[in-house]
Amino acid sequence: MGDGVDEMNEHTSGERSEDITEETDDRLSGERDDRFSGMRNDRMNVGDAGFLLPVERRYGSRRPTSASRAWHAVWSPLVAIGVVFSHLWRRRDTIQYPDEIAYFAPRYRGRIILSRDPDGGERCVACYLCSAACPVDCIALQATQDETGRRYPEWFRINFSRCIYCGLCEEACPTYAIQLTPDVEMCEYERANMVYEKDDLLISGPGKYHEHDFYRVAGLAIGGKGKGEAEREAPPIDVHDLLP
Amino acid sequence: MPEWVWQLLILFGVLIVVLSIAAGLIWVERRLLAVWQDRYGPNRVGPAGLLQVLADTVKIFTKENWIPPFADKAVFVVAPAIVLVTVLLSFIVVPVTQRIVIADLNIGVLFILGMSSLAVYSVVLAGWSSQSKYSLIGGLRAAAQMVSYEVFMALSLGGVLIMAGSFSLVDIVEAQRDLWYIVPQFAGFVVFVVAGLAETRRLPFDLVEAESELVAGFHTEYSGMKFAMFMIGEYLGITLVSALIVTFFLGGWLGPWLPGIVWFAIKVFVFIAGFILARATFPRPRYDQLMELGWKVMLPLSLVNLLVTGAIVVARG
Repeated sequence: MGDGVDEMNEHTSGERSEDITEETDDRLSGERDDRFSGMRNDRMNVGDAGFLLPVERRYGSRRPTSASRAWHAVWSPLVAIGVVFSHLWRRRDTIQYPDEIAYFAPRYRGRIILSRDPDGGERCVACYLCSAACPVDCIALQATQDETGRRYPEWFRINFSRCIYCGLCEEACPTYAIQLTPDVEMCEYERANMVYEKDDLLISGPGKYHEHDFYRVAGLAIGGKGKGEAEREAPPIDVHDLLP
Repeated sequence: MPEWVWQLLILFGVLIVVLSIAAGLIWVERRLLAVWQDRYGPNRVGPAGLLQVLADTVKIFTKENWIPPFADKAVFVVAPAIVLVTVLLSFIVVPVTQRIVIADLNIGVLFILGMSSLAVYSVVLAGWSSQSKYSLIGGLRAAAQMVSYEVFMALSLGGVLIMAGSFSLVDIVEAQRDLWYIVPQFAGFVVFVVAGLAETRRLPFDLVEAESELVAGFHTEYSGMKFAMFMIGEYLGITLVSALIVTFFLGGWLGPWLPGIVWFAIKVFVFIAGFILARATFPRPRYDQLMELGWKVMLPLSLVNLLVTGAIVVARG
């Protein structure tokens, strides 16, 4: 049956070739590079859109005889039936969801989590940037400090019934704390359950950035770590000292 | 076994079988359409999704039996019953085998054509009584489509009737013992299949419903059980037209090795699947294209077929 359709394509393209541009003709004859091979296989090439042209351009000076038009009127539905019937043996497109899970790319923007440092501390420094960046105002938090002056959120709340999973919070986050994950199975029967608290959001691992530790690269004196003691950092220079 | 028990048995047998086929076709159609569109279709409820029919039935029975306040109530309620009654009555004369036929009327063909003409009233009245513009347009289209396609549906059978020399469906099948009428009456067969498709208001000819333009056409305002009657009527119509094609052109129950009833079932199912395949394949033609196909192609074709068949039969003496 596939041969039949190709044959028809060749036939019609031959009829039209005189008044269609060179480029189109190349594409129809299939002698272009591989970029167009997919289009040809899907039968989505420009030749199929010939019915959009006005009649006189469609056929040029040679209009088909009524015999050939009648033949096409009978033959093309039969080809169509054959093509549809042949889909009996094609691979199904359906992913049978609860049994099979679709592949989600690692960067898929799904459920939002709060990650931790490699050594287990909270990454979030409660800077409010995610909350400010959020276009639908679904993130709320309250900053506080521990005894060493390290900031962390006292509470952190994301209303997932508002969230549009745009990922702007993740982009705004200076510490890689807030991240979007490839998980979308978060349906609830009650809307109130869509509001996730800090306990629901905080995970035990570092998420997408395994080695990153904000306070180890931040150059900030905090929690017993002095200035210049972070990774790839030199001890601070005394600017009042004139020695080289 | 006295004759009347046998008659009663056939009567209820045909009724039950035909109604279950119509119900089962909901599942068959959805699965087949899905298969031809690279999907699976309903496969969750029960084995292979077979209990989907039951689930749908329960759902539709528990729906509210609502009649729009602006509708013409009496007609609105009667309309869906008409389609069901006329199609079921048509099954009276359809012979499954030589023995399994409710009534072998000697005007069987006329009876069926009459019943299919009456079925038009269902659609037209449904569209009229709904008092809504979409329903009305659907009903009007139904009237025009049915009237024009009925003409050559009857004419296409002319050749068969001339060759068989009888209006009885049993006689027509018996006359095909040597050669099925699909061979000498191929033009009639093609015209009858097209007309049958149009009579069932199925996809290539579903301008009556045309969900992309008319919401749901004549049954826009229908819901619950009354809507289900239209649905069942449509599936019964497919079954009826398939059975008629098999009877008129493919030798009904005739066939080697297997018992007649099996042959009949196989042939009918092939045509039912064909109707579903047509639905999966064809887009809906424009209204004027529909009329053009009917009056400019199908009518002359069936007339020529009738003329030639008649001439040959007369010439042979």
